Amino acid sequence: MLIAVISGFVFALLVPWIMAQSKSKTTIWTALLPLAIFTFFLLHLPEIQNDGSVKVSYSWVPSIGINLDFYLDGLSMLFVLLISGIGSLVFVYTSTYLKGHPFLDRFYAYLSMFMASMLGLVLSDNIYTLFIFWELTSISSFFLIGFNNDNQASRRSALTALSVTGIGGLFLLAAMVGLGHTAQVNQISEMSSLSEIIQADNLYGWIIVFLFLAAFTKSAQFPFHFWLPGAMKAPTPVSTYLHSATMVKAGIYLLARFSPVLGGHEWWNGTLITVGAITMVYAAIHALFRLDLKGILAYSTISALGILVFLIGLGTSAAFLAAAVFILVHALYKATLFLVTGIIDHETGTRDISQLGGLNKVMLPVGVAALLAAISNAGIPPSFGFVGKDLIYDATLGMGDLAWILTTLAVITNIALLFAGFLAGIKPFFGKLPERFAKLHLPGPAMYIPPLILGVLCMFFGLLPFLLESSLIQPVVSSFTETLPDIHLKLWHGFNLILLLSAVTIGAGTALYFIIKPSEKLLAMVSRFERISPESIAMLASGGFTRFSSGWTKFFQNGYLRYYLITILSFLSLLLAYRLFTGVTLYLDTSSMTAVTFYEVVVLVIMAVAILFTVFSKSRLVAVASMGVVGYSFCLIFLFYSAPDLAMTQFSIDTLTVILFVLVLYNLPKYLKLSETRDRIRDGLLSLFFGALISLLTIEVMNESVDKETSQYYAENAYVLGKGKNVVNVILVDFRGFDTMVEITVLAIAAIGVFGLLKLHLRSTEKE
Amino acid sequence: MEILLVIIIGLLYAAGIYMMLRRSLVKLIIGLILLGNGANLLIFLLGKIVKGKPPIIEETEKMLGELYADPVPQALILTAIVISFGLQAFAIILIKRAYKVVKTDDLDEMNATDEDL
Repeated sequence: MLIAVISGFVFALLVPWIMAQSKSKTTIWTALLPLAIFTFFLLHLPEIQNDGSVKVSYSWVPSIGINLDFYLDGLSMLFVLLISGIGSLVFVYTSTYLKGHPFLDRFYAYLSMFMASMLGLVLSDNIYTLFIFWELTSISSFFLIGFNNDNQASRRSALTALSVTGIGGLFLLAAMVGLGHTAQVNQISEMSSLSEIIQADNLYGWIIVFLFLAAFTKSAQFPFHFWLPGAMKAPTPVSTYLHSATMVKAGIYLLARFSPVLGGHEWWNGTLITVGAITMVYAAIHALFRLDLKGILAYSTISALGILVFLIGLGTSAAFLAAAVFILVHALYKATLFLVTGIIDHETGTRDISQLGGLNKVMLPVGVAALLAAISNAGIPPSFGFVGKDLIYDATLGMGDLAWILTTLAVITNIALLFAGFLAGIKPFFGKLPERFAKLHLPGPAMYIPPLILGVLCMFFGLLPFLLESSLIQPVVSSFTETLPDIHLKLWHGFNLILLLSAVTIGAGTALYFIIKPSEKLLAMVSRFERISPESIAMLASGGFTRFSSGWTKFFQNGYLRYYLITILSFLSLLLAYRLFTGVTLYLDTSSMTAVTFYEVVVLVIMAVAILFTVFSKSRLVAVASMGVVGYSFCLIFLFYSAPDLAMTQFSIDTLTVILFVLVLYNLPKYLKLSETRDRIRDGLLSLFFGALISLLTIEVMNESVDKETSQYYAENAYVLGKGKNVVNVILVDFRGFDTMVEITVLAIAAIGVFGLLKLHLRSTEKE
Repeated sequence: MEILLVIIIGLLYAAGIYMMLRRSLVKLIIGLILLGNGANLLIFLLGKIVKGKPPIIEETEKMLGELYADPVPQALILTAIVISFGLQAFAIILIKRAYKVVKTDDLDEMNATDEDL
């Protein structure tokens, strides 16, 4: 299983290289990889059917409990087969759809990276690897949506999709950390037995809130649905693969996977039913007014995802059964419709539903595929969709008091979905063929075979539902719930309420199809409401956030050294001041201090005057000279207080500095007063305040007793070990000899720098 | 006496920071030097100042007597003085060089990174 997951990533790395090597333009061979994976997992099907699950584990970061644990049960199997099966068809389809595209190699690389991440996601048993693969799907889908990177709208929607799903990813991490903390295990398969402990924990509320946010953003649930219609800017194979069959179902997978662990609680079920119901009705009604084929499909996909969330929320075994079947039903017909849309777009150059019609005359096989999908979508017998819709009604009717409300909502949604399906699958192919499309011809077989296969499957599973019954659907349902219902998938249940509801749905939907004619006017009417839609709110928020952060950055990162200094110092001062004035009582121990003598006071007064001169002098020469005076006063202080070495060093260094200054002085511009008085006062106050704080801090620190151990060691051993009488010297050249050597190196580097700068100057004057 | 030194330290810090907040590069360097001096004095003071007892072992003795000036801060300050000289020398030459190229020592006019250099 590891190989199955990793191979996609390896393939992604190799594809550009292989394509650069091979001369031939055909790229259909790339489909061999998903096909191989599909076959591999198909061979595991009997194993799942008998044993329930397969588990493999590879050690990765065992110290923090992150391992490559893979777990294959019915639910994973359903998704794996969808991912690799539809993946194979999409790979084949792309080879013609994007034939000759300069970045086709890149496209395949992204696509297989995405497939591998998706496989990893549904196979992960470890909550942290689950998160990693989840993020990988977001990232690879970002590249796929923004594949037409010279188009601004495409880049924009890629970014929207990434930010919405990326935020969801963060919440997923939060949920997983919370879950791991509560359950004390990182394997999902071991959590279901701990369900009661987790649900009793205080963190439970947070975990499900975060998990919901992750699932709802990924699966485009209201109010996070807006990124999905935008993501339709992607090439059609991407829309097919990511936005109908696989990625958007990752959120559904997440909810389904954690249903046995976190489900059963009224918060869990209540939220899911509410959000799912709002999404399915809201998006289904939106789908009625779209003109763009992909827009119709996008909204009907959102609606279908809403149905799935709703079903998982119902939480009964009948609902789980309906969800399992509906995932498959929806993937089959929606992928078909998307692929068909791609063909229409590719051949006619338009996706505007009001301009399309009669295409059956030029591309019959495509029309057949579309018709089959539309029938399955509508739930007309004997399609697989009919089986799925019956199960949904069966689930909602079994909900006791709420049965009627829930069933009504489901019926309304299904009517609208049926309408959308007819619009996308039937309208373009029947009726009168416009003049300008008369010369169109059928695209290559690599393009129309994949939708045809899927379309036929829609019917095939409807006619022979027992094929899936025990092999796939049974294991799927058993991964939701331990009490296995008796599963019988069949077309004919006899005359009952469910059949009546189905008939109502089909009748009303068909009637709607003949009544509502999509037009610009209707679309404009609906668009008026979009000003207050979740999308515009999110855009407003993100625009505001961008403005806020750029304002914030400009305020602090303004490029002026002194404002940086002011910021740092003000913050430090306030912190120090707060601490000094609240937590510390200042006192002064005068008894231990050395006496004040006259000549010292004189030196200090000279120093203070010199400092003031340095600061306020209008002449640079005076300023530099006063600085020299400050330095020499330092020498005297060092001398008075037993530091002859320091005095000598300070003396020579200060002399050198002043000389250096004076040497370059005449080269410099006029010593101007550049700042305004207001700034000077502000700076003056800040520096005085900071200086005063430092003084107070010094007094405070002086009260602390100093640990003399280090000094004691040097004092005792300077002569014994270092054979020197001047302790400071011995420290520098012996005990800390290496430090001194490095210090000399620093000086040497500075000297080289100085020399270099001077030399550079000479050459540039020579040139002039 | 310590009190007076504490006041001088505060003054040095204040003067240093005030100069660093100016727009002239030369003043920035002067401010840096004053600040460095203030820091040196601070370290010196915190090592407990002692009068007339340098940390030098008597001719006849093998180790320092009971009361002596602490040699550790002195070694630290000595290093600091020398290193800061390296910094100052480099900075002074850099100012000179920068002025040659951009004809100003006003920091505000040096903001752009690549204007007719």
